[in-house]
Amino acid sequence: MRIKNHPILTFTQEAEIAFTFEGKSVKGIKGDTIASALSALGIMTLGHSIKRNRPRGFYCAIGNCASCSMVVNGVPNVRTCITLLEENMDVWRQMDKGVYK
Amino acid sequence: MIKKECIIVGGGPAGLCAASMALAAGCEVLLVERSAKLGGQLIKQTHKFFGSKNQYAKWRGFDIAEKLISEIIDHPKLTVLLNTTVVGLYKDQVITVLCGQDYTRYQGDALLVATGASEKFLAFENNDLPGVYGAGAIQTLMNIYGVLPGKNVVMVGSGNIGLIVSYQLIQAGAFVSTIVEAAPIIGGYKVHASKLVRLGTKILTSTTIKKAIGKDHIESVEIISLDENFKEIADSSRIIACDALCVSVGLSPMHHLLSMIGAQTKYIPELGGFVPLIDNRFQTSLPAIFAVGDCVGIEEASAAMMEGFLGGLYLSEFLDKKHPDHNQLIEKYEKELFLLRDGPFGKKTKDGLRKMEDAKQHVE
Ligand SMILES: Cc1cc2nc3c(=O)[nH]c(=O)nc-3n(C[C@H](O)[C@H](O)[C@H](O)COP(=O)(O)OP(=O)(O)OC[C@H]3O[C@@H](n4cnc5c(N)ncnc54)[C@H](O)[C@@H]3O)c2cc1C
Ligand code: FES
Repeated sequence: MRIKNHPILTFTQEAEIAFTFEGKSVKGIKGDTIASALSALGIMTLGHSIKRNRPRGFYCAIGNCASCSMVVNGVPNVRTCITLLEENMDVWRQMDKGVYK
Repeated sequence: MIKKECIIVGGGPAGLCAASMALAAGCEVLLVERSAKLGGQLIKQTHKFFGSKNQYAKWRGFDIAEKLISEIIDHPKLTVLLNTTVVGLYKDQVITVLCGQDYTRYQGDALLVATGASEKFLAFENNDLPGVYGAGAIQTLMNIYGVLPGKNVVMVGSGNIGLIVSYQLIQAGAFVSTIVEAAPIIGGYKVHASKLVRLGTKILTSTTIKKAIGKDHIESVEIISLDENFKEIADSSRIIACDALCVSVGLSPMHHLLSMIGAQTKYIPELGGFVPLIDNRFQTSLPAIFAVGDCVGIEEASAAMMEGFLGGLYLSEFLDKKHPDHNQLIEKYEKELFLLRDGPFGKKTKDGLRKMEDAKQHVE
């Protein structure tokens, strides 16, 4: 959910950025990280754990914990909480250790 | 490999202040910051800073960051790398940095680490469910990106950070139904706590989280009362609905880069966990490597700034580029740091620093 009214901060209307999540077309806004865009869309699960296949979301949002790792444009283990969203990014949940091509 | 006179890792208040002094002393500075913006924790702090007698009390965190950044950003001798993480540190002050998919190496004549802190985690069942977030993470999402990660939040921890983030959640339009605190008393300032109670938040002391409940993401939590020995009281558990659980149980210093190259560290609980041992010039046990701010002990932004100024001055002196007003400035910032730690909340830090002194004598 995007914050609309805030007593201290003003969030100006930013341009939309189109990208794909799990193959579907979705939108974030300029200035978003991949994780903040997904969170605004209500998407909480960013991947699954390797051994027990448990769902994972972000935890620290500042690049410390790797809980938000996803596959972005074919590259695995991207910390999506500190990676800025770009037009046409192809974002997938990461379900394994990640394979580098 | 690219050579630089002085490298600063981390662009929070500590790193920014160190950079400003090193630049003023005539050093060439490379400042490396992992996120897209300089300012560290300050840029997500919308509240007016409390307490200290220093010049920034009553300022909002992000305004302080803005000021510190504007004071140095156009300096011709400053190079800033954003979106760039230092992933390796070597003994000859070489760093490996990662930006996107590219690794680059830099070497400094001297290096200063100001990497700040990371949030502590708590062990409970299902603590890995999506919707369990660190307090700093929630603050980052809502105050920097304008996204509210939950509408009905339970907070774990009633220290100042837990209380402030709860209040900020309410300002952003969420409801914070409950704050649980394992200790028998509220950890943070009473004024913050009373404000929350007036807004409808229950603060339950001697209570902790037992488990998170939900299939793909959190839907409720089970909480339980604790006796005076922090033991669970049988049959006292209850379930509270929520769509996010915010964990605010303290910070621990990010000493990891320094540990990587064998800098001496010690576990000092008063300073937040493992910390690198530093001397009174903020130099670690490794020559030419300095450390300041939360990464050498959890304190406040005001202390991080004073340490940053001091670290920058000592670093310049080490590089034979002593600031023209070195002595006066050292005296000024040492005094401010002393005054900051003189209050009731400074006792813990002072106890911790005493332990660090003991540890250093032991090592030597
Ligand atoms: C909710 C909250 C409320 C607070 N309220 C107050 C208050 O009212 N008053 C007060 O004085 N203090 C307050 N503080 C504390 C204050 O924010 C911190 O003490 C201060 O920010 C520490 O400064 P620092 O520069 O050491 O670390 P940080 O601000 O954490 O900065 C460290 C920087 O280093 C970067 N970094 C880390 N690792 C790497 C790496 N490997 N490579 C590149 N960059 C890296 C990080 O991205 C970050 O920008 C509060 C903190 C929180 C969380
Ligand atoms: S959530 Fe911790 S690294 Fe992204």
